[in-house]
Amino acid sequence: MIPEIGHFALVLALSLACVQGVLPILGAATGNRVFMASGLSTSIGQVVLIGIAFAALMRSFIVSDFTVLNVVENSHSLKPMIFKVAGTWGSHEGSLLLWVLILAVFGAGVALFARNVPAGLLARTLSVQAWISIGFLSFLLLTSNPFDRVFPPPLDGNDLNPLLQDIGLAMHPPLLYLGYVGFSIVFSFAVAALLEGRIDPAWARWVRPWTLAAWMFLTAGIALGSWWAYYELGWGGWWFWDPVENVSFMPWLLGTALLHSAIVTEKRDAFKSWTILLAILTFSLSLLGTFIVRSGLLTSVHAFAVDPERGLYILGLLGFSIGGSLALFAWRAPAMEPGGLFRPISREAGLLLNNVLLATATGSVLVGTLYPLFTEAFSGDKVSVGPPYFNAVFIPLMLPLVVAMGIGPFLSWKRADLKGVGQRLYAVAMVSAVVGLAVWYVARGGPVLAYASIAIAAWLLVATCREWASRVKLFEAPLSTSWARAKGLPRSAHGMSLAHAGLAIAMFGFIGSTAWKSEEIVFVEPGETIAIAGFEVRFDGVERVQGPNYIADRGTLAVFRGGDPVTTLFPEKRFYPAAESQTTESAIRSTPAGDLYASLATPASDEAAASGAWTLRILYEPLVNLIWIGSVLLVFGGAVSLSDRRLRIGAPRPSRQHGADPVPAE
Amino acid sequence: MTRLFAAIPFAIVVVLGGVFLWGLNPDRDPNEIPSVLISQPVPAFELPPVPGLETPGLAQDDLNGAPKLAVVNVFASWCVPCRAEHGVLTGLRKNEDILLFGINYKDKPEDATRWLADLGNPYDRIGSDLNGRAGIEWGISGVPETFIVSQDGVVLHRTVGPIVGDEAVAKFKAALAAARTATEGKS
Repeated sequence: MIPEIGHFALVLALSLACVQGVLPILGAATGNRVFMASGLSTSIGQVVLIGIAFAALMRSFIVSDFTVLNVVENSHSLKPMIFKVAGTWGSHEGSLLLWVLILAVFGAGVALFARNVPAGLLARTLSVQAWISIGFLSFLLLTSNPFDRVFPPPLDGNDLNPLLQDIGLAMHPPLLYLGYVGFSIVFSFAVAALLEGRIDPAWARWVRPWTLAAWMFLTAGIALGSWWAYYELGWGGWWFWDPVENVSFMPWLLGTALLHSAIVTEKRDAFKSWTILLAILTFSLSLLGTFIVRSGLLTSVHAFAVDPERGLYILGLLGFSIGGSLALFAWRAPAMEPGGLFRPISREAGLLLNNVLLATATGSVLVGTLYPLFTEAFSGDKVSVGPPYFNAVFIPLMLPLVVAMGIGPFLSWKRADLKGVGQRLYAVAMVSAVVGLAVWYVARGGPVLAYASIAIAAWLLVATCREWASRVKLFEAPLSTSWARAKGLPRSAHGMSLAHAGLAIAMFGFIGSTAWKSEEIVFVEPGETIAIAGFEVRFDGVERVQGPNYIADRGTLAVFRGGDPVTTLFPEKRFYPAAESQTTESAIRSTPAGDLYASLATPASDEAAASGAWTLRILYEPLVNLIWIGSVLLVFGGAVSLSDRRLRIGAPRPSRQHGADPVPAE
Repeated sequence: MTRLFAAIPFAIVVVLGGVFLWGLNPDRDPNEIPSVLISQPVPAFELPPVPGLETPGLAQDDLNGAPKLAVVNVFASWCVPCRAEHGVLTGLRKNEDILLFGINYKDKPEDATRWLADLGNPYDRIGSDLNGRAGIEWGISGVPETFIVSQDGVVLHRTVGPIVGDEAVAKFKAALAAARTATEGKS
C-alpha cells in the first residue's frame, strides 16, 4: 500500500509541476498577480509530494519490503541499517527520485526566500524550474518507476553493490546532486532573465547565493567521491580522469567561473551575456553528467544503470532544455547592452582572465571526455583518452590561473596600479621561490614541474595571506585595530581568502602525492618485510573474519621505522555472498606528512593461498591529506561567503561607489 | 557579428546532440576494443630470452613461417588473472596443434622464473619485454592478452583479458578453429 502512495504522490507532483510550468509565466506575461503568486504554493506542494514519495521508498528499504523490485535489486535483509537507508538512492531509480526531490527543495527555496526579487522575474523563474521538474518527473514515472512491484516476492534481496556500502559513498550522491541541481536555480534565473530581456546588478546579487551554495555542495561532493576512490578502490589514487569524474568536474570548473563573473556583473554591471551563458552552460554540463552516467554512452568504471532507452529520453530532455535555452540566448543576448568599461590592468581584467582560463580548461576536459565518441562516430576508430592528455592540457592552464589568483585580489576595480601591486607582491614572490628551492633541497628527485608547481602553490598561499593581512592591517596597526578591521571586513572577503588558501593547500596535496609517490606491488609470504619510503612493513599473514553481510580476509602488517614499531595495519579483502562481489578495504596510516597505504590483492593462486602468500600493494603518498583539508577550506570559505550580510539581507547597495568616474548608463 | 557569436553555443550543442544520438545505438558496445593488428602482419620486434630460463627468446622472424599456428600470450608474474589463465594455456598447448609463445611483459626476470617454476612452463618461446616496448608495438591495453598468428605471420585474432571460464575458452577455441580453416584455405 505504501509504495502505491509514493507512486501516486509522484503523479500528483507531476500534475502540480505542469500547473506551475504554465500559470506563473502566464501571469507574468499578462500581469495577473494571482497567477504569479501561485508559484509559491505549487512549489511547496511539489516538495511535500515528492518528499512523501521519497519517504515511502525509504520505508520500503528500511523494512526490507521485498515486494518492491527496487528493494530486491539493491538491498538485503542483513545489510547494516545505515546502508539500507542509503540504498534508497543507491540505484538509478532511487537516485533520480533524490534528484527530483532536491530540485523541488531548491524550487521551494527560491519561492520562499527570494523576497526581494521582482514578482515577474520570480514567477518566470519558478515556471522554468517547473519545466525541468516536469522533464525529470515524467522520466522517472515513464521509464524508471522506483515503486514497481515484483511477484512472487523473493526471500531476500540481491544486496547493494558492496563498493557503495560505505559511508563516504552513501553521502557522495546527495552532495553531488545538491551541487548539480543547485545550478538549476541559476539556470532558471538566467532563462527567466532572457525571457524578460533584462539583466542588472540586482539579478547577479539574487543569483549569487544559489551559485555559491551549489558550488559548495559540488565541491564537497567531488572531494568526498575522490576520497572514497582513494581509500576504497585500493588503487591509491584520488583522481583518474574517468569520464564520470570529468562530468562532475566540468560543472565545477564552469561554476567556479560563473561565481567570479557574477561578481563583475554585480559590482560593475559588465560581463552580462557572458554570465548568462555561463549560468546556462553550467547547468547544461550538470545535465550532461546525468546523461553520460545513465546512458552507457562512454566506457567508464562507474557502470551505473546503463540503458540506451533511458538515454534516449534524457537526450530528448537535454535537447529541449539546453538547445532551447541556447537558442533563446542566441536570440536575446545580442540585445543586452555591454556594461562598465575597464583597463587591461584591473580587477575586471583579472576576473576575465580567470574566466577565460576556466572556460578553456572546461573545454579541454570536455574534448578529452568526448573525443573517443567523436573519433568513433566519424572515423570508426576506437581510442581512449587518459591521464597523459589531461595532465598535458590541464596543468598548463591551471598554473597561470593560480599565479593570477595570487595577484587578482590586490587589483582594484576599473584601473589598478600595477607598480604598487608589484611592490607588495615582490616579497611574496621571493618567499615562494625560496619554498620551491627548499622543497627541491629536501626532496631532490621528481620532475622540475613539481618544484615549479610547489612554488606556485606557495605563491598563492602567501599572496592570499598577504592580501588578507593588508586588509586588516595585521602587524601594521595594533592588534586591537586589526581585530576590529577583521570584524568589519565583509564576510565574502574572508570567504574568498579561505577558499583561495584552501586551493593552495589542496595543491600541495595534489603535487606531493603525484610527484613523490612511492609504490611497491609485491608477492609476500608471512614473515617477509618490505621497505618503502623509510618504513619497514612486515607481513604477518592473513586471517578470515566474519562481518554482518560479508566474509573478509584480513591481513596484518606490522610497520616499523628504523626498527621501532610505528603501527599495525589491517587491510581487508571482503567478499559479499549475496551480491557475489568483492571489495578492497585498504588500511591507511595517516599523518600530515603523508599516508602509508596498504591493500591486499587476491591470493596469487590456490597453492599460494594455502601457504598464506598474497599480492600486496603498498604506497606512500606524501601530503595527500592536504587535498581533503584544502577541500574542507574551499567549502568553508564558500559557507562564510554565503553568510555575508549582503546576501542574507539582500539589501540593495549602490554598485558604483568603487569608482569615482561615472559609469556609462545602462 | 554579436548575433553570430551568440549563436555559436547553440550550433555546438546541435552537433553534440547528433553525435550523442548516434552513440545511443543499442548495438554499439563502448567496451569493445578492436585491434588495429587484425589481418596485419605482426609488428617488428625482437625480444631476448628471460635470463635464467632455458626457453629461447621471441622475435618477428619466429612468427614468419612458423611450422604451426601460433598463439602469442602476453603475461606477467605480477598479473593475477594470468595465474588463472595459465592452466588453460597449458591445456591448449597440450591438446591443440599449436605453438605457444609468450611475451613476458614488464616483469622482473627472477619473478618470472620463479612463477614459471611454480606453475610449469608450457611456452615454446618467451621474449622478455622488460621496458614494455614490444607491448607498444603490439598495441596491448593490459595483461593478459592473447593473439592468434597464422604461419605466415598475420595476426588473425586478439583476446583482451584472461581466457578463463567455459564461455571465454569456447570463444577462443572457436577462434582457433576459424584461424585454422582460414589458413588451410589459403595454402
